[in-house]
Amino acid sequence: MAGTRAPNPTTSQPSATALFYRNIRYLRFVDRFGRKGQGMLEYLGGVAQLTGDAIAAMFSRPFYRYDLLRQMDELGVKSVSITGLTAFVTGGVLALQTAYSLAAFGGKLFIGRVVSLSLVRELGPVLTALMVGGRVGSGITAELGSMTVTEQVDALRSMAVSPVRKLVVPRILATVMMMPILTALADVLGILGGLLVAIIDLRMTAQDYLSSIWNQLQISDIMSGLGKTFFFGLEIAAIGCYNGLNVEGGATAVGTATTRTVVIASICVLISDFFLTKLFLGL
Amino acid sequence: MSSPTAKDRQPLKDEVVVEFRDVWKRYSRREILAGVDLDIHRGEVLCVLGPSGTGKSVTLRHINGLTKPDSGDVKVFGVSVGPLDEEELAPIRRRLAMLFQGGALFDSMNVEQNIAFPLQEHTDKTPAQIAEAVSEKLQMVGLAGIQKKMPSELSGGMRKRVALARSIALEPEIILYDEPTTGLDPLTSEKIAQLIVDLNLRLHTTSVVVTHDIVTARTVADRVAFLYQGRFQFIGSFEEATRTGPPMLQDYFRSMGFPCGTAPIPAVPGGA
Repeated sequence: MAGTRAPNPTTSQPSATALFYRNIRYLRFVDRFGRKGQGMLEYLGGVAQLTGDAIAAMFSRPFYRYDLLRQMDELGVKSVSITGLTAFVTGGVLALQTAYSLAAFGGKLFIGRVVSLSLVRELGPVLTALMVGGRVGSGITAELGSMTVTEQVDALRSMAVSPVRKLVVPRILATVMMMPILTALADVLGILGGLLVAIIDLRMTAQDYLSSIWNQLQISDIMSGLGKTFFFGLEIAAIGCYNGLNVEGGATAVGTATTRTVVIASICVLISDFFLTKLFLGL
Repeated sequence: MSSPTAKDRQPLKDEVVVEFRDVWKRYSRREILAGVDLDIHRGEVLCVLGPSGTGKSVTLRHINGLTKPDSGDVKVFGVSVGPLDEEELAPIRRRLAMLFQGGALFDSMNVEQNIAFPLQEHTDKTPAQIAEAVSEKLQMVGLAGIQKKMPSELSGGMRKRVALARSIALEPEIILYDEPTTGLDPLTSEKIAQLIVDLNLRLHTTSVVVTHDIVTARTVADRVAFLYQGRFQFIGSFEEATRTGPPMLQDYFRSMGFPCGTAPIPAVPGGA
């Protein structure tokens, strides 16, 4: 008997308790996954509902024209420098990269075409949207978030003034109206950035660069680029407003909501860009 | 006092303007209000007392529909506000005003624009009439001449008084005060309390004052209501509260430095 040991049934087969805990672990994973999914759907539903309410409110009185103008200045005019600079530099870099890639094929003459097409169709709208998402989206969330935590939004409601009409509608309208203008400006500045590099660095003539753009660029390219920006503007402003109005807590919560807006708005811009591009290519 | 509006607002103590019936409210699995019943009469100043976190502010926010009850009924001017949406609530909210704990002044606007805001929204007054009304309300709260200051330039007490001026701009029938004296020094608290009484007398408003400041309650209250464990454990005059209130209310008074029972109320609170 010494040295031999009866086989322990629990080592070969898991006990009922162990099985129970293992199942619980799986269930917890499913539960957590389900909750995340539910949270995401609720979030999207909330943003969609706020957007719907805001769009419905645009068609009835009262309108806050002064707030709209102020937001157009705040969100649009004051974004010109950052979006313009981004596009200008990107245009220059694109010209450099294209020249480097096409040098072997003697493709200098295509530089204007490549730069302008990439900018007008894709980079102009997307980069502008990302910059606006960072600057404007976060600004909206920070402002509305601090208004929410200091009860200013409740004060509006208690005075029978709709926060959707007073706060959300001007911001959404301003962003949607300013996005195409900012993008058009970005397109022009990006092409100019490319032109500068073409002339100074690549020793091309301005006429070569510009005529290749003029001959190639179609109105449909410009329209498909600008068309997307309405949707980008709507997404950025709606996400910014929703996150701001739903802040719960204090200053830390406002900070978290602001970061959240930048992340979610950027992801939404990139994902929707894919589908919008497909849509506009199909048209 | 001869104008019809002023006459309309003569205190009619038997008219119930706000009615809570078996109101329940739950926040993250905790019952904050557990069957609240309360009647508020026209023209009275009712102080809602109670320890922090007992749902005093939540009760107040049910009156103007900022918070909805999970169950039960809240009637304001005879209308159930629970089922109403924001648009439907607007006519009732125009007859109410709320003074928020931090003042809730719009920090993008100066003092004048803040006070003028409800007038611009809900009246057809000309800019000159609005400017006149603003200066009158500022005078009422003892802050004449600060129209052009921004909220960030004001002290806590001034901010609350400007917020009060904004609340009374539309001459509401009911004013809801959420902790009007919290965080203020005793002198400023006393000033605000005097203002509440003064406004009640001059404008015949019904006032609901949420506070845990016993001194303010004693100065302003016609009746006090003690909220504890989700229900009003006592509703009556301040005098009755100190003499015959339930034990937990008497404990609450003692913890705030007020001796209770049959002893007379000291002239100086705290008995120092």
